Amino acid sequence: MANTYTLIQAQTLASSAASVTFSSIPATYTDLVLRVSARTDQASISDVSPFVTNVGGTAYSYTYLMGNGSTATSGTSGTRADFASYSVGNTATASTFSNVEIYIPSYTAAQNKPISVFAVNETNATTAGMRIYAELLSSTTAISSITLTGQSSSNYLTGSSFYLYGIKNS
Amino acid sequence: MAAGATYEPIATQTLASAAASITFSSIAATYTDLRLAVTSVPSGVIQYGLRFNNDSSALYSLTELAGNGASAASDRDVNDSNLWFNYFTPSGSTIPAFMTADIFSYAGSTFKTTLLTWSNDRNGAGNLVNYTVGLYRSTSAINRLDIILTSGTMGAGTTATLYGLKAA
Repeated sequence: MANTYTLIQAQTLASSAASVTFSSIPATYTDLVLRVSARTDQASISDVSPFVTNVGGTAYSYTYLMGNGSTATSGTSGTRADFASYSVGNTATASTFSNVEIYIPSYTAAQNKPISVFAVNETNATTAGMRIYAELLSSTTAISSITLTGQSSSNYLTGSSFYLYGIKNS
Repeated sequence: MAAGATYEPIATQTLASAAASITFSSIAATYTDLRLAVTSVPSGVIQYGLRFNNDSSALYSLTELAGNGASAASDRDVNDSNLWFNYFTPSGSTIPAFMTADIFSYAGSTFKTTLLTWSNDRNGAGNLVNYTVGLYRSTSAINRLDIILTSGTMGAGTTATLYGLKAA
């Protein structure tokens, strides 16, 4: 049987970049998985990096569950122009990166699309934590591109890596 | 070293009409782990669960961490007859929910650990996110997996795919 977890494109930054885009994503898979190791130059510990798809508009919303080593909280965001992801900022412990998995099932289906995001950073400091997002793209349009950007015009730093995989269920 | 296929679809089921359960049977023991991915629209007030080997004896336990957009909670369930999860019970909606289950060393002779995730943002109405670790205290290999509900149904169009992952 065929191997169905296929690398579509890898991007590892050789220099800082304000955004990372995967365009012309083929419609030949069932699900997409984006795996990210990232750090930004945001002058803070954490950077809730937004990401958008080709659908655009204000079709995005999310619910999150987060823990920071001392408390767990949950919150939600109403309709907005982007999803949430997560990176450490440049005042976090040196050489630490956040790790994120974004799972997009049925990305070409003509239905609203649930998206799962699991993001963690461990920095040997009290600001480490994890964030789990249930996200919703209220659109029946197929996803054909994804762009990630740093928060508040921050840049992804050298060494940040972004891997987009396609999964087929047959 | 030449890489072999390590992430293979075993079977996919897409519901033509609403159903209260989905079964994967005759699961081969040739993989290391199993991964289940389900996109469904819950109908009615329901709780999702997994049952292995059609075994409803009190061998299941779980610990879950959940959020509903307003609060976070953790819960534990022991000696249950199925692996029920969803601390915040989902209700009917037209918005699909996404669920995964990783079932580790399913063919081994030790107890079986499962990681379950649930993502269902509804743009402000009944949102849910859940991570659950489950345990099935059986030394038998898992060759059947049922997705079950306490009540209600999964709507037409629900898609469930079972993948096999090989370590080598």
